[in-house]
Amino acid sequence: MNDLHRLTIHEAHALLKAKKLSSVELTRAVLKHLESTDGKVRACMRVIGQQALECAAAADKAIAAGKANPLTGVPLVIKDNMCTKGVTTTCGSRMLEHFVPPYDAHVVEKLKAANAVIVAKANMDEFAMGSSTENSAFFTTHNPWNLDCVPGGSSGGSAASVAADETIYALGSDTGGSIRQPAGFCGVVGLKPTYGRVSRFGLVAFASSLDQIGPITKDVMDCAIVLNVIAGHDKRDSTTVPLNVPDYTKALKSDIKGLRVGVPREYLVEGMQPEVRQAIEAAIKELEKLGATVDRDVSLPNTRYGLAAYYILAPSEASANLARYDGVKYGYSYRDTTSMWEAMEKTRQFGFGAEVKRRIMLGTYALSAGYYDAYYLKAQKVRTLIRQDFDKAFASYDVLVTPTSPTVAFKIGERADDPVQMYLSDVCTLPINIAGVPGISIPAGFVNGLPVGLQLIGKHFAEETLLRTAYAYEQATPWHTMKPALA
Amino acid sequence: MKLTDEEIRHIALLARLGISDADVEKFREQLSSILENMDILQQVDTTGLAPTSQSVALENIYRPDEMAPSLTADEVLANAPAREDNSFRVNAVLE
Repeated sequence: MNDLHRLTIHEAHALLKAKKLSSVELTRAVLKHLESTDGKVRACMRVIGQQALECAAAADKAIAAGKANPLTGVPLVIKDNMCTKGVTTTCGSRMLEHFVPPYDAHVVEKLKAANAVIVAKANMDEFAMGSSTENSAFFTTHNPWNLDCVPGGSSGGSAASVAADETIYALGSDTGGSIRQPAGFCGVVGLKPTYGRVSRFGLVAFASSLDQIGPITKDVMDCAIVLNVIAGHDKRDSTTVPLNVPDYTKALKSDIKGLRVGVPREYLVEGMQPEVRQAIEAAIKELEKLGATVDRDVSLPNTRYGLAAYYILAPSEASANLARYDGVKYGYSYRDTTSMWEAMEKTRQFGFGAEVKRRIMLGTYALSAGYYDAYYLKAQKVRTLIRQDFDKAFASYDVLVTPTSPTVAFKIGERADDPVQMYLSDVCTLPINIAGVPGISIPAGFVNGLPVGLQLIGKHFAEETLLRTAYAYEQATPWHTMKPALA
Repeated sequence: MKLTDEEIRHIALLARLGISDADVEKFREQLSSILENMDILQQVDTTGLAPTSQSVALENIYRPDEMAPSLTADEVLANAPAREDNSFRVNAVLE
């Protein structure tokens, strides 16, 4: 069989279950394609081929014993900020360049219990701070659709690996858009679940009130399949909500008659690429054609404060979370001194890259005596307003539709020295983290050969509604079947 | 909001972040420019609003204090930059 690497999870599962394909065969094909393309894409931080083939052999035994669940024997890539026992987890940072976790993240445990096959850890912006992977301490990932462009970030390695068919699916994490924005830039499906839906135990902490793990997949069916496995309560993450996990694949129906769709006008922002706007408008018309009722004049008036609130809240939480990197317990450690303070300061000076330091400084400032009320507390109150906007909108609409990012992927280097420009590429995604609601990016067309992402937003724990809408749109459009030339 | 060199050095000290002279200048420019973009928050009327610290309204979560298996000392110390017996080794705290 040719082109095994192009399979989706559900296609691979059908073949594995029918014994028309073994996991070892599939894993070999995926690794072979990965080796031939990743020299150009550079999505992977570390490929673990030998371990993957051992897992694949174990998966084949499970399948032979009649224990084939939908992820059994199917290869995936994991963002390098999720702990994998015995496999180096760098978080894109010199600080953790040689860090070998002694335990698995909750989501990794779940995947291993399902006999999933991890083939690689994915490149990312350092500590998930960035929108392009250019902040990785090691190298920049390239967009498979145009190697001169960024894949987005911070889960750029995960999204690029899926788009280039170097894996069947991937996991990413999303604090302000880090799953959805790269999924949009790379033309794949990326879901940020509701805050509290997926455990972050074993995820390197960035901003704890915003971080969430989610799937990056080739289609919406796969997204539902992965969410089925990773969602649910975990007593080791006290923010996970003890709600039942439905079978999300059952929500996938191509009928969305009567669905109430709102288009918040504040998301069709100034500075938006006109062709992206056209693609989003065409997608909205398609939803209408599929039976949704669309209101094009919805207002979320506090959206304009989202970016500012986010860049107070996330760096503040990051400055506290990253205080743990002191050169004592694990990670990089400056040793060339006998002074405790100098060792700590130099460890952090040499271990962290520029963007991480920038955010630690910003957060430290916003939390410091005399500025706390003006910045941090103010941002938390604005957060209440942003949340209330969504609560009000969801009283009248089931789904809100926006672009995932105001532009398609930009050129590597274009925004690297301008933090404010870089932050703007997340302007449509970060209010969703602030409110804690779920959001999904799905492919919605192309501009100059680069994918456009359509973002669908739902109310808390309404992933089923989001997935159903995404599925209906996907089934009616050709975008998810298109592949970059090197895939 | 324009920051001074002195403020940048003070913030770096609070964050225990070593900083070169070149970085002081770079961070002064960049953080001042970022903070200017934050000034928009001061226009918002937040009178009487409660702050939101996280978005899903869970109350305090308690669990029984029960013994359970945990990592061994060797596993915990495997990544330690310097170790002495079952402890992390650090420079003298009191000089």
